[in-house]
Amino acid sequence: MTSAYELADVRHCYGDRCVVDIPTLEVLQGEILGLVGPSGAGKSTLLRLLDFLETPTDGHLTYGGTRIDGDVSLADRRDVTTVFQRPMLLKRSVAANVRIGRRLRGLDTKDRGTEMWLDRLGLTDLADAPARTLSAGEAQRVALARALVVEPSVLLLDEPTGNLDPYNVGLLEEIVRTENAERGTTIVIVTHDVFQARRLADRTGLMVSGRVIELAETKGFFSTPQQPQTAAFLRGDLLI
Amino acid sequence: MGTLARAFADALGLLWNMEPALVEAVVLTLQVTLIALVIALVIGVPIGAAIGLTRHLPGRWLIVPLIYTGMGLPPVTVGLFTYLVLSNQGPLGGLGWLFTPAGMIVAQTIIAFPLVVGLTMAAVQGVDPNLPVQMLSLGATRRQVATVTLLEARVGVTAAVVAAYGAIISEVGAVMLVGGNIEGETRVLTTAIVLETRKGNFALAMALGIILLTLAFVTNFAFHRLQVHQGVR
Repeated sequence: MTSAYELADVRHCYGDRCVVDIPTLEVLQGEILGLVGPSGAGKSTLLRLLDFLETPTDGHLTYGGTRIDGDVSLADRRDVTTVFQRPMLLKRSVAANVRIGRRLRGLDTKDRGTEMWLDRLGLTDLADAPARTLSAGEAQRVALARALVVEPSVLLLDEPTGNLDPYNVGLLEEIVRTENAERGTTIVIVTHDVFQARRLADRTGLMVSGRVIELAETKGFFSTPQQPQTAAFLRGDLLI
Repeated sequence: MGTLARAFADALGLLWNMEPALVEAVVLTLQVTLIALVIALVIGVPIGAAIGLTRHLPGRWLIVPLIYTGMGLPPVTVGLFTYLVLSNQGPLGGLGWLFTPAGMIVAQTIIAFPLVVGLTMAAVQGVDPNLPVQMLSLGATRRQVATVTLLEARVGVTAAVVAAYGAIISEVGAVMLVGGNIEGETRVLTTAIVLETRKGNFALAMALGIILLTLAFVTNFAFHRLQVHQGVR
């Protein structure tokens, strides 16, 4: 398998405090990588680095075989997108929100993709509704549709179902799984719900204090953790 | 009360007859106001958006209070300043803009500009700071992020337009000084009201006042409809 990302000695620090400190990490093309860990472990910052929203203070990042130094090309930036925990919708209609990625790319917005994604996420009846009137679950479905309509190569998910009900969690997970299987989209999902990682991820990693403590095939990660901290985290012990 | 009622009745008569003096003042008022407003918006909205969007702006500690001060500039001081700049001995005396509509537009633009910048800045700062991040993540360029954020702040930006429009259409001091209130040339509604009141032509002054209020109301009504419409979509 080729890699989507390779990280070498990547550190991201604010002054003396390094929130991400990763000697080496590979994200494989077409995999679903789950990252779990306590809050403040640097998971979200890692995702921001992968989305080119931040530049590492030290070390370097390779994306699709190209080493990223300083400015990232617009094409690479448009290849990757994130669904955050809070959907951050525009004060426009649901359909306008779903179309925004295509609009930013100067693509036709009357395409079938928009309609298809509205339909797949059960939003067709809400297409003309103002986004601000949506429930949390509906809004997060809009955010996922908005991300997928631009057909990204990499989809980053930052606690995407953090405050959703089981129905919406199930729907979003199903879409993510299908997108990965059908289009081979590389997916990195950050979650503090270990069960979500177990349901979705091919490989799962534990992050604590900016470091990846353990990264393994999901099955082995949960059944036979190699690191005491992983075992403790999976038992539900508090990690600091 | 008798004077007021009579003046009001006579004013309606004058309006009905479309007195040429009235029409001239209305046309010039709208010209000066709208041109000044457009110039202030074209320059002020991008500057306000840039200040609002730049988190680590050097000199913000000084720039922002200066803008806020500008929002409360006494128009008559702006008039005096513009007068001196445009007068024969002034640095821009060569333009020959003193006592012309062009000079009045300059003064009105100076009055409207800080209002537009300050309120646009505030509107943009009111947008959730995570929105620009989300737009970048969706593949927006820096310029597109600014445009989307500005559109997201559209209700506040419309308020900036309303405030600037209201400030300059109702302004007397600056246009009086710079324009000179010359009949048929630089006489606008507000300066005409001052003059006619002093001459004791209360009916005409009243008619002018009614027109001024109507213009302000009609325009603000339109702006409000725009805001309501924007709020939904």
